[in-house]
Amino acid sequence: MLTRNKLGLGMLTAVLALTSTELFAAWDLNMMEGITEISRETYRLHMLIFGICVIIGLGVYGVLLYSLIKFRKSKGAVASSFHHNTKLEVVWTVIPFVILIGMAIPSTRVLTQIYDASESEIDILVTGYQWRWQYQYLSDEGEDVSFFSNLTTPDEQIYNLAEKGENYLLEVDEPLVIPVNTKVRFLLTSADVIHSWWVPEFAVKKDAIPGFVNESWVIAEQPGIYRGQCTELCGQDHGFMPVVVRVVEQDEYDAWFSEKQAAAAAIAELANQDFTLEQLVEQGQTVYNTYCSACHQPNGQGLPPAFPALTGSPIATGAIADHANVVLNGVPGTAMPAFRNQLNPVDIAAVITFERNALGNSVGDMITPVEILQLLQAQ
Amino acid sequence: MANKDTANGYETYYVPEQSKFPIWASFGMALMVFGLGGLLNDIKAGVDATVSGWMAFLGFFILGTVLYNWFATQIRENHLGLPSAQLKRSYVYGMYWFIFSEVMFFSAFFGALFYVRFFVVPWLGGEGDKGVSSMLWPDFTPTWPVVSNPNPNLFTNPGESMEWPGFGGALSYLPLWNTILLLSSSVTVHIAHTALKNENRQQLKIWLGITVLLGIVFLFLQVEEYMHAYHELGLTLNSGIYGSTFFLLTGFHGFHVTLGAFMLAVMWFRVMKGHFKPEDHFGFEAASWYWHFVDVVWVCLFLFVYIF
Amino acid sequence: MAHDIAHGHDDHHHGPAKGITRWLYTTNHKDIGSMYLWFSFAMFLLGGAFALVIRAELFQPGLQFVEPNFFNQMTTMHGLVMVFGAVMPAFVGLANWMVPLMIGAPDMALPRMNNWSFWILPFAFAMLASTLLMESGAPNFGWTFYAPLSTTYAPASVTFFIFAVHIMGASSIMGSINIIATIINMRAPGMTLMKMPLFVWTWLITAYLLIAVMPVLAGVVTMMLFDIHFGTSFFSAAGGGDPVLFQHVFWFFGHPEVYIMILPAFGVVSEIIPTFSRKKLFGYDSMVYATSSIAFLSFIVWAHHMFTTGMPLAGELFFMYSTMLIAVPTGVKVFNWITTMFKGSLTFETPMLFSIAFVVLFTMGGFTGLMLAIAPADFQYHDTYFVVAHFHYVLVPGAVFSIMAAVYYWLPKWTGHMYDETLGKLHFWLSFVGINILFFPQHFLGLAGMPRRIPDYALQFADFNMISSIGAFIFGFSQLLFLFIVVKTVIGGKKATAQVWDNPEGLEWTVDSPAPYHTFSTPPLVK
Ligand code: HEA
Ligand code: HEA
Ligand code: CUA
Ligand SMILES: [Cu+2]
Repeated sequence: MLTRNKLGLGMLTAVLALTSTELFAAWDLNMMEGITEISRETYRLHMLIFGICVIIGLGVYGVLLYSLIKFRKSKGAVASSFHHNTKLEVVWTVIPFVILIGMAIPSTRVLTQIYDASESEIDILVTGYQWRWQYQYLSDEGEDVSFFSNLTTPDEQIYNLAEKGENYLLEVDEPLVIPVNTKVRFLLTSADVIHSWWVPEFAVKKDAIPGFVNESWVIAEQPGIYRGQCTELCGQDHGFMPVVVRVVEQDEYDAWFSEKQAAAAAIAELANQDFTLEQLVEQGQTVYNTYCSACHQPNGQGLPPAFPALTGSPIATGAIADHANVVLNGVPGTAMPAFRNQLNPVDIAAVITFERNALGNSVGDMITPVEILQLLQAQ
Repeated sequence: MANKDTANGYETYYVPEQSKFPIWASFGMALMVFGLGGLLNDIKAGVDATVSGWMAFLGFFILGTVLYNWFATQIRENHLGLPSAQLKRSYVYGMYWFIFSEVMFFSAFFGALFYVRFFVVPWLGGEGDKGVSSMLWPDFTPTWPVVSNPNPNLFTNPGESMEWPGFGGALSYLPLWNTILLLSSSVTVHIAHTALKNENRQQLKIWLGITVLLGIVFLFLQVEEYMHAYHELGLTLNSGIYGSTFFLLTGFHGFHVTLGAFMLAVMWFRVMKGHFKPEDHFGFEAASWYWHFVDVVWVCLFLFVYIF
Repeated sequence: MAHDIAHGHDDHHHGPAKGITRWLYTTNHKDIGSMYLWFSFAMFLLGGAFALVIRAELFQPGLQFVEPNFFNQMTTMHGLVMVFGAVMPAFVGLANWMVPLMIGAPDMALPRMNNWSFWILPFAFAMLASTLLMESGAPNFGWTFYAPLSTTYAPASVTFFIFAVHIMGASSIMGSINIIATIINMRAPGMTLMKMPLFVWTWLITAYLLIAVMPVLAGVVTMMLFDIHFGTSFFSAAGGGDPVLFQHVFWFFGHPEVYIMILPAFGVVSEIIPTFSRKKLFGYDSMVYATSSIAFLSFIVWAHHMFTTGMPLAGELFFMYSTMLIAVPTGVKVFNWITTMFKGSLTFETPMLFSIAFVVLFTMGGFTGLMLAIAPADFQYHDTYFVVAHFHYVLVPGAVFSIMAAVYYWLPKWTGHMYDETLGKLHFWLSFVGINILFFPQHFLGLAGMPRRIPDYALQFADFNMISSIGAFIFGFSQLLFLFIVVKTVIGGKKATAQVWDNPEGLEWTVDSPAPYHTFSTPPLVK
């Protein structure tokens, strides 16, 4: 019963927490107002409904409390015998109804506002993957910018072997970047199961549904870094696919964007260079840890039967073409995704070579980015 | 056990003594579905499925045997005159509400059909409120029946659909014949019922027999149609949403027809054994109600799955 | 007088059979009721144990006890076991025990089928629980099992889950048919519909809801089965299907389901409050109409669970409005209960304490429900702990408290002994305090942005999670006290009179305590 002694400890800290005021201040007890017109509207709506409920509650609980105190047998109360009163019943049917209409009107207004995604200046295709987000900027000219956003919190922190950082579980390798005061439209979809993309400060939460596209939009009014999480159960690491958005000034955005385009071009370049087995294995290690180890495990042992082991597996030690095929196109009907669009040729070549020459495998052969490119063109 | 209570004019309600049936029925049912589950998983995993297969069969066998004896007991009790008029009303209510639950079961599938047809397919094809979705399926054109799937590699396109061929081809259109068959079977079972009420056993035997036959022919044609769909039309469970809805709806209806025909067959044998009186024949009535129900479902199927 | 008649006829029947077969083969509504109640409590402990695993893991940030995948299995099994194993069977058990007694019927309409409905459940849940031991692990896709997570990406055990749901559904449908037949057909002469106790009324309507939606649940799991094993594409866009189709069909069942878990609770409270207020229930008729309109509305609000799926605007608005409407009839009930107490002569025995707590805390759950109904605001609440707080307030101090109230209220009638009032009160206060420590902070967690169904969380959520977990263990272990009290009462205790409380309404109080094995073999006359 490990939980027991934890419990004692918890009691203690809880008492401390309750007494120490600055901790109290640290607790945010309410919805955040956020940094967009919509988020503020939503917040006001939330406070309005909440206020109404509190008032009604005070009334209801007031009468209840009064009766509990005033009409106790012990205080010699004798029961009167009335048991209905049509007028009263009509009144308390109609009044709530009217109140509800009062709530419905502003709600309808805000909802209609939220649903108007027209006239956006930037469109971004947001795709959910188990368990990371992909952002593709749908701009027409130049190299298209597209990248994945992965959780960077190290396992040591999650397994309590290291001090937890301040953005524990809310930090990614590459956040989404959007310019301030610009209407950005998000087109949300998914590559596998349903995910849900949420940034509280934007009051934007929309499901990313495989095979369908949902629209949502934001006009962020303050630069800064805003953090949210996936809010639809999407399997094992549902709790570990944060959303991080960096809102920046327009010029900073432009600079960042062209830099991204240049980088994209560079990758295409890089793909045509030669690599040594060692280089690939080394780079493959990092790719493997980010994209594969969640299922196939860091040591390559996997979690059979759901997630097969790579160590000594027929694929990772068999014909390299088949191995590449599995990694590029995935295995339909299983959790193995197609990485052809998730990773660039260099990374794919690297991770394949890694899997064949590490994790207890030593096939000794390698595949180059160029060969990957050829495979991709072939298909 | 007399069911007149002399003290005051009520018939006492017959509460059966202890019974072994329920728990064995539950056991059989559980064993059956546990076996089925294993069976399906084994097949999917491509491992040997004999154990689970036998488990399912054994469970089915137990359930079947129990139900047979259960009903037999029920009938014997009835012949002993144990059930009061009130208890018989309970049976009637029971059957009504059971049929209502079946109606809801089918409405779930019909609901799915309409939702897919009037919302999903247009959306995927770029029409309506969620039309943006079509950016993921550039070369999908929304039609009903869906003849070409959004991703034909995962779900092979049906060759042809089961659509109404127009009056030209009407005569060679099996569903039409099936409709005629079932509708007339509803009539024949009704004739049999009236015959039973008028003590006309001869008529009863004949018309009930005919009803069962019509049911069997219907099933036969249904199988015929499935073979046609699979082999000539290339319409399978695997050919996307049209095949899915088509086979699910018609398949479950076919399953219910089988049940209904089986019930009626049982009733026919009971008639042969001289069961049922003009004023007391609930078993027969229940079966015929069920039969009318599957008939109505078919009419909906014919209209919404085949014609429109 | 009904008392004497009932009494005079017991000797026509022999009492219960001896030994285990009494329970295995019984056709007696009282035996079956008791079995349902014991089964439900066992499931409550099991589902609770799962919940404690969840709370233990969430006690602190970081992963301490379980892996994420197992955590998801716990969440899923907890939800399933509590809803289908604890709450629903408990109410069916109460119906079995009380409905015949309340309407003056000799037993349930179809006694053998009644026993069948019960015995399916242990098998169904054994099957469901067995998935925990399978190599693929138990279902891990949440009790709402959204496709495609529950189809293409599901563990192999999903097949057994599907079949478990199928036979559970069969059990519920048979049980409901039985209850409806009993209520419609077996009321004692003079027991007109509008004279029926409210518990009977609420169950009549609940049974109707069950028969209407259980087949739909069966339908949706069947579609899953076909997608998984027979290559159909109901929930896959690649074949022209839609994952959201699953959600529509599921919630068409799912929302009425949540009222199935609360309407009988309304009934229970409407029996108890008048007794301890020594005053007739206020607005009986409006109670009946309110219950009916809640039942009706429950069919047209389902998509309020799906506001973030990107439904067309018209849909969002329709479901927002219809959902808000439910506040009106529910309000009528709350007001009626309070007016019943108003100018009454109140005493606070344990059943009354639980009922008052029900009124207070359920109403709170209702308020948060109403907030969730506001679509634009729900974009912020959805799938956060605010929702978890909402539904636990309506389910635990709602449904579960009402069940406990009912047990304390009728236990003397069942066992012939009074329970230990001081222990009862202790149990109440522990539960009341525990539950609020457990679930109140979850409102804050949700508003602060903590998603549900996560095994680990960001640091700003740490404090409230710790408090919540502490509450969980307080509440949880207090339930062992409940077990103790009930067992103690079954074994012995102060003899209970036929009336038990000071002149409560209803036929059940006209028969001896403990209620004879067979009651009302000849219908009593209701004036
Ligand atoms: C017993 C079960 C139960 C009950 C009774 C309710 C009652 C209500 N529920 Fe709840 N609900 C659940 C169980 C229940 N719910 C569950 C289990 C979920 C989560 C499922 C999941 O995702 O896992 C859920 C989720 C849920 C959602 C989805 C949230 C989300 O996922 O984003 C919504 C949204 O509208 C909602 C609304 C309501 C409303 C409006 C009521 C109303 O019936 C409440 C009406 C009552 C009152 C309003 C209080 C009393 C009234 C008055 C005092 C009158 C005056 C008041 C006013 C005029 C304001 N519920
Ligand atoms: C009526 C239904 C019901 C009831 C009574 C409860 C009771 C409780 N629930 Fe429940 N809960 C749900 C229905 C219910 N829940 C549903 C539907 C969900 C959604 C699931 C999903 O997201 O899919 C949910 C989800 C849910 C979550 C969110 C999980 C997540 O999102 O990851 C949490 C977290 O705190 C929680 C906690 C609790 C606790 C602490 C209790 C406590 O009240 C439990 C009380 C504890 C006990 C009764 C323990 C008694 C046992 C012992 C003391 C030990 C001895 C044990 C044995 C002998 C076996 N529940
Ligand atoms: Cu992605 Cu949850
Ligand atoms: Cu709901």
